[in-house]
Amino acid sequence: MQLDNLNREHMCSGHVGCPGCGAALAMRFLLKALGNKTIMIIPACCWSIIAGPYPQSTLKIPVLHSAFETGGAVASGVRAAHDIKGDTETTVVTWAGDGGTFDIGFQALSGAVERNENFIYVCYDNEAYMNTGVQRSSSTPYGAWTTTTPGQHWKRLRKKNIVEALVAHRIPYAATASIAFPEDLMRKAKKAKDMAGSRFIHIFSSCPTGWGMPSEMSVKIARMAVQTTIFPLYEVEDGLRYTINYTPKGYLVNEYFRLQGRFKHLTEEDLESIQEMVDEDWNLLLRKAGVALETS
Amino acid sequence: MRHVLEGSHAVSEAVRLARAQVISAYPITPQTHIVEQLSEYCANGTLNARFLRVESEHSALAALIGAASSGVRTFTATSSQGLALMHELLHWASGARLPIVMAQVNRAMAPGWNIWADQTDSLAQRDTGWVQFYCENGQEVLDTTIQAFRLAEWVNLPVMVNLDAFFLSHTYEPVDVPDQKSVDSFLPPYKPRFQLDLANPCAFNQLAPPNIYMEMRHNIQMAMDEAFTFFEQMEEEFGTILGRRHGAVEAIRCDDAEVILITSGTVTSTSRQVVAKLREKGEKVGLLKIKLFRPFPLNLLRELTKPASKIAVIDRNFSFGASGIFAQEVKAALCNFPGHPPVYGYVAGLGGRDITTEVIEDIYWLTKNSTAPENESSWVGLREVDHAVGQS
Ligand SMILES: Cc1ncc(C[n+]2csc(CCOP(=O)(O)OP(=O)(O)O)c2C)c(N)n1
Ligand SMILES: [Mg+2]
Repeated sequence: MQLDNLNREHMCSGHVGCPGCGAALAMRFLLKALGNKTIMIIPACCWSIIAGPYPQSTLKIPVLHSAFETGGAVASGVRAAHDIKGDTETTVVTWAGDGGTFDIGFQALSGAVERNENFIYVCYDNEAYMNTGVQRSSSTPYGAWTTTTPGQHWKRLRKKNIVEALVAHRIPYAATASIAFPEDLMRKAKKAKDMAGSRFIHIFSSCPTGWGMPSEMSVKIARMAVQTTIFPLYEVEDGLRYTINYTPKGYLVNEYFRLQGRFKHLTEEDLESIQEMVDEDWNLLLRKAGVALETS
Repeated sequence: MRHVLEGSHAVSEAVRLARAQVISAYPITPQTHIVEQLSEYCANGTLNARFLRVESEHSALAALIGAASSGVRTFTATSSQGLALMHELLHWASGARLPIVMAQVNRAMAPGWNIWADQTDSLAQRDTGWVQFYCENGQEVLDTTIQAFRLAEWVNLPVMVNLDAFFLSHTYEPVDVPDQKSVDSFLPPYKPRFQLDLANPCAFNQLAPPNIYMEMRHNIQMAMDEAFTFFEQMEEEFGTILGRRHGAVEAIRCDDAEVILITSGTVTSTSRQVVAKLREKGEKVGLLKIKLFRPFPLNLLRELTKPASKIAVIDRNFSFGASGIFAQEVKAALCNFPGHPPVYGYVAGLGGRDITTEVIEDIYWLTKNSTAPENESSWVGLREVDHAVGQS
C-alpha cells in the first residue's frame, strides 16, 4: 500500500467523543488517507458535537456543518461552486451517520449519486441515532435493543443494505470498511480520492455508549463483526465488479452478540436464526462476487 | 432596451445579468418558466453558471447553502409547496449568513390543490430571517432581482423576491432590460467575507451554546436594520445608473388622504386605478404600497399614514386564528403611536380569485362608512356556502 502521509494528523486531540468512540477513529484514519486538500460536510450526527463547539474545531480542514438530511445536496453545491471557480482538485467529502445516510438523508444521497456528483460520501455506521440517545435507525441490526425498540419490542427487522442500494445506482465506487482494519480503510479512502464521480465508503464504527460495552472493546467488536461476516469487507466498482477483501475463518455470531448489552435479551433460538440470516447474506454476497468474476 | 417579457422571464433576465454562478432548482408551477429559461442560458453558454437539477426543493436550497458557503453567487426559484418544503433551510440560510437570492412565485398552499395567486406561502416564512420583497409588475421584478444580489451580499442575508402567480409570473409586459455594462457597474463580482478555504480552514455552523447563540441572532437583526438603511442607498445608486426607483414603500396621494388603502403585489396596480377614479369623484383616498416586508418599514409606515383617519389593508393571505398578515404587521407598527388611525383588515382574492376594481371600491366604501373596525378582518366577496362544519 502506498500511503505517504501516515504520520500526518488532520485531527487534533481534544475532540469531545465518548471514550472508545469508533467514529473518532474512523475520522482519523480517513483524513490520514485523504489529506488536507479536503472540504468536509457534516450533517447532524454525533460528529456535529465531537468536532467541538464554536469557536473550536478538532479538524484541521474546512468543515461545513449542515442540516441532518442534506449531506448529498450540500456537497453537490460545494462541488459546483468549486468547479465554477476552477478548483476541480479539492476533495469534497460528506461525513454522515447511519441515520443521516440510510434514513433522513437517503433522498439527497440518492439524488447526488444519480447525478454522479464528483464527491466522496462517507457513512460512519454506529447502527442507531446515537446523538439523540440511541434510537433505532434502518441500519440497526436484527435483534438489537434501542430506546425505541425496548424490552420485548427489540428490533425484529433486518438492517437495510445501503451498499447494495447504492450499487443499484451504478455508483462508480462503493466500499465497506472497518475501524478494526485501518490499512484496508485507508487504502479504500485513497482509492476513492483518486477516482471521479460519486464514491461511497461505509465504515463500521462501534459505539460503546450505545451498544452497552466497555470502551476498550470498540476495536475488538468491530473486528469480530468482520470475522463473523456480520459486516463483510468488500468493494464494488461501477455497480458491477465485486471484490471481497477479507475471507473469514468461520467464526460464529454468538460471541459477538454476547459481548454487547444491546443484544443481551436474545435467546439461543434467536441467535440461531440470526446466524442463518448472516449466512444467507454472506452467501448472497459471494454469489454476486462470483457472478461478477464469471462475467468480467 | 425594451422587450415584451413574461414576468417569469423578467426574473431570468435579471439572474443572467447578475451573472449568478450556481443555480439550483426543482420545478413547480408557476415557477417553471423562470428556471427553464435559466437552464437554457446555462446550456447554451449565455450564462457561465452551474445548474444543479436536484431531486427536491429541500436539496435545491441545501445545494445553494453549500455553494454560497464556498463563496459564489447563487440563485433558486420556487413557489408554495416548494417553499414550505424548504422551511428548515430558510432558517439555515439566514443563520449561516449566506447571500442566496430566491424568486418566489406567490401561489396558494394545498389542500385543495390550487396553483393561483396567494401570498400565504411566503408570509408564513416571515420569521426565517430572509429579506422579503413583494413586486407589482415585470419591471419591478427585474430591477428588484438585480438589486437583491447587491443587498444580499452587502448585509450577508438571503433575499426573497416575491411575485404573484400568473397575474405577474405569466403576464407579458414591456420591460426595460438593461445592458450588461450598466448592471456590472451596479453589481460588481461577489466578494465573500468568508468562505470554505483550504488556506484558512474554519468550521462553519457548528455547535453554538447559550453563551454565544443569542449574540449570533442579534447580529442577524443588526443586519436586517442595516438592510433597511442600505436599501435606500442602493436604490439611489440603481437610480443613477439605471434611471429607476421603486421605494421600500410607495405612497400615492397619501398627503391629504382620509382613507389610505394598503396593498402589496399586483393588487396595487388595480388599486391605482380605483384611487384615481375615486379621486375624480372627490373622495380623499390614498394608496400605500408595501414592497419591502422584511425588514418591515415601520417608520415609513408611521410617517406616511399620519394624515389619514382610517387605514384599510387588503390581504391576499391569511393567518388562521388571527387575521390578514399585512394587517397584523401594520397594526403592530402603529400600536405604540397614540392617536394612530384605526386599521381595517380585508381578506380578498385567496387562491387566485380576482380582486377587481369593484372589490377594491367596496373596501373603500365599507371603510369610509364604518365608525370603527368590527372584526380583525372582513372577508370580501365570500360566496354563500354551507358553513356548518363540525355541527350536527
Ligand atoms: C430534521 C431533523 N430531525 C431530527 C434531528 C435530530 N437529530 C440530530 S442527530 C440525530 C441522529 C443522528 O443519527 P446518525 O445519523 O446515525 O448519527 P449518530 O448520531 O449516530 O452519530 C437526530 C435524530 C435533526 N437535527 N434534524
Ligand atoms: Mg448512528
